[in-house]
Amino acid sequence: MSATAMNRDVPGIYHKAGSLRAERRWALWVAYISLTVAAIIFLAPPFYMLITSLKGSAEIAGMTGSPWLVRSPTLENYVNIITSPMFQRFMLNSLVITACVVALTMVVSVLAAFALARMRFWGSQMLATGVFLTYLVPDTLLFIPLYQIVGGLGLLNSIWGLVLVYPTLTVPFCTWIMIGYFASIPKELDEAALIDGATWPQMLWKIFIPVALPGIIAATIFAFTVSWAAFVYPTAFVTTPDQMPLTIGVVSQLVRADTFAWGQIMAGALMAALPPVVIYAFLMDYYIAGLTAGATKG
Amino acid sequence: MAEVSLRKIVKAYEGDVQAVKGIDLEIADHEFCVLVGPSGCGKSTTLRMIAGLEEITSGEIAIGGTVVNDIPPRDRDIAMVFQNYALYPHMSVYDNMAFGLLLRKFPKAEIDRRVKEAARILDITVLLDRKPKALSGGQRQRVAMGRAIVRDPKVFLFDEPLSNLDAKLRVQMRTEIKKVHQTVRTTTVYVTHDQVEAMTLADRVVVMNHGIIEQVGPPQELYHRPATRFVAGFIGSPAMNFIPARLENGAAALNLVLADGSVLPVPEDRTARYKSHAGRAVLLGLRPEHLTEPREGRGTYADIAIQPEVIEPMGMETLVHFHLGEARDLCARIDPTLDAHPNTPLRLTADMAHMHLLDPESGRVV
Repeated sequence: MSATAMNRDVPGIYHKAGSLRAERRWALWVAYISLTVAAIIFLAPPFYMLITSLKGSAEIAGMTGSPWLVRSPTLENYVNIITSPMFQRFMLNSLVITACVVALTMVVSVLAAFALARMRFWGSQMLATGVFLTYLVPDTLLFIPLYQIVGGLGLLNSIWGLVLVYPTLTVPFCTWIMIGYFASIPKELDEAALIDGATWPQMLWKIFIPVALPGIIAATIFAFTVSWAAFVYPTAFVTTPDQMPLTIGVVSQLVRADTFAWGQIMAGALMAALPPVVIYAFLMDYYIAGLTAGATKG
Repeated sequence: MAEVSLRKIVKAYEGDVQAVKGIDLEIADHEFCVLVGPSGCGKSTTLRMIAGLEEITSGEIAIGGTVVNDIPPRDRDIAMVFQNYALYPHMSVYDNMAFGLLLRKFPKAEIDRRVKEAARILDITVLLDRKPKALSGGQRQRVAMGRAIVRDPKVFLFDEPLSNLDAKLRVQMRTEIKKVHQTVRTTTVYVTHDQVEAMTLADRVVVMNHGIIEQVGPPQELYHRPATRFVAGFIGSPAMNFIPARLENGAAALNLVLADGSVLPVPEDRTARYKSHAGRAVLLGLRPEHLTEPREGRGTYADIAIQPEVIEPMGMETLVHFHLGEARDLCARIDPTLDAHPNTPLRLTADMAHMHLLDPESGRVV
């Protein structure tokens, strides 16, 4: 008697197969509930920011009624912040820093990952692990020695100091992501390219980068987010307002002594969050997993 | 196009593991040479050394008379087809085929002409705009071949190109590869573990085992005149039967005495060849097609009584599996109309004119 036939005779086991639909329904319910809870937890703060940014100073100070509702919505905070030369400066600083950091990070980590993943050389494995280990050192610890270095280079109070130090946060992780992506590209693809006449740089440029594009996009998003949202390093290295990025600029310049311009802070923070959202939305369209499909027998 | 010479080629890995142990091989211009052997025999390593994808520990490889030991793959003027196709996934079929020519800075018109010509030969013209992921396994393998053909290289290297295809497609592509070779006549080195592929495709088969060449020769020669037990057992499907026996001096000629006491006469014309082994333990090698139902005619036949264990009707023939004393996994090919049943005694005839005699110690055919 076969195992399947035996199962049919045992009550419960065979029956269970029929309840797949019910199990699926349960799984869906659990998924919906937990996702909804998670969405509420994560979306409540930005929603609160949005509500507050639409209120006038009087309404915020009034503290009457529900703080989740706006009685007389106004764009005054947005107008104030956009027209403020200070805010424009912060935005520009953040854009310059992030663009430079992302470019620098991607060049370094793609080249490093290609070498570590593909050009077999003595110690490459150890180096790859070493690169990742540096990521495990938190920036709250690193900023002290880095302060010395940045100071020594005369780059304190300068966005270029930040451009120099942010890659210590982004390069290790991006290199690690790229090593993983490059390692997943079949070895025969480089061999085919080598035989077809490609040099190593041509192989990287014409084969690896296009094939590993989803990985490169993931790494770019990571580098962008880290650089845009960095807080510890600018707090430590920049004190002059005209060199501040958005993250610390909004906080430090919109709080005068103990007066918090809440409406403007919220409007500024929301607008600061806009570029990452745009980048995500734009890059996600290109983030198609499984680009290697069809290269080899799969 | 060119000839390929391998002289005393050794490939050793760390820890003194030798994958290839000093092989010599001359492959003529236009020749289709197949390296065949079980996995780990060094055939793929040898091919990869010819391609320049593996460094040579010692020895010399020459392509078209030029020693290529220190020449990178791109300057060896070779093209390679991989087992898993290795197509560039982000490029169309056309671009995949044109890539090598583009890197070599061929004029656009020439690239176009070559790609279209190769596509016509391989019957993939309608696929030129597609991406590899939109192709079937067989189509992908054609594209991989197309990529090799457009380059018009000195040598084609094939690394088990059909292993990933299903049985039917494999046979079809085998014919296709042979057809292409008959058209373009490029010197070809082809690696496979499938002896049927080796037999059907090759001008010359190189049988490898444990990093050495066991025998080199045209398919028919390997089949009919194997030099070693390994070649005798590897080439041919089902494999040759090996039956332990003693070679005895008979009244008129030599006889083989099996463990169960049955006596098989050795054809008279072999007496001189085998005489020195008289009185010694030997292995009788007989292919399944020479172990058949009793038949009439001239020749040296010997009857053997067996007890079939498994009967496999193949349509055009029936395979009978049995054992004979110590000799297990023996196989005979009989007429499909014959009534044979498992565990029912059956009489077979050994066609001794096609026998092989092997020295069990050296493993060489006498």
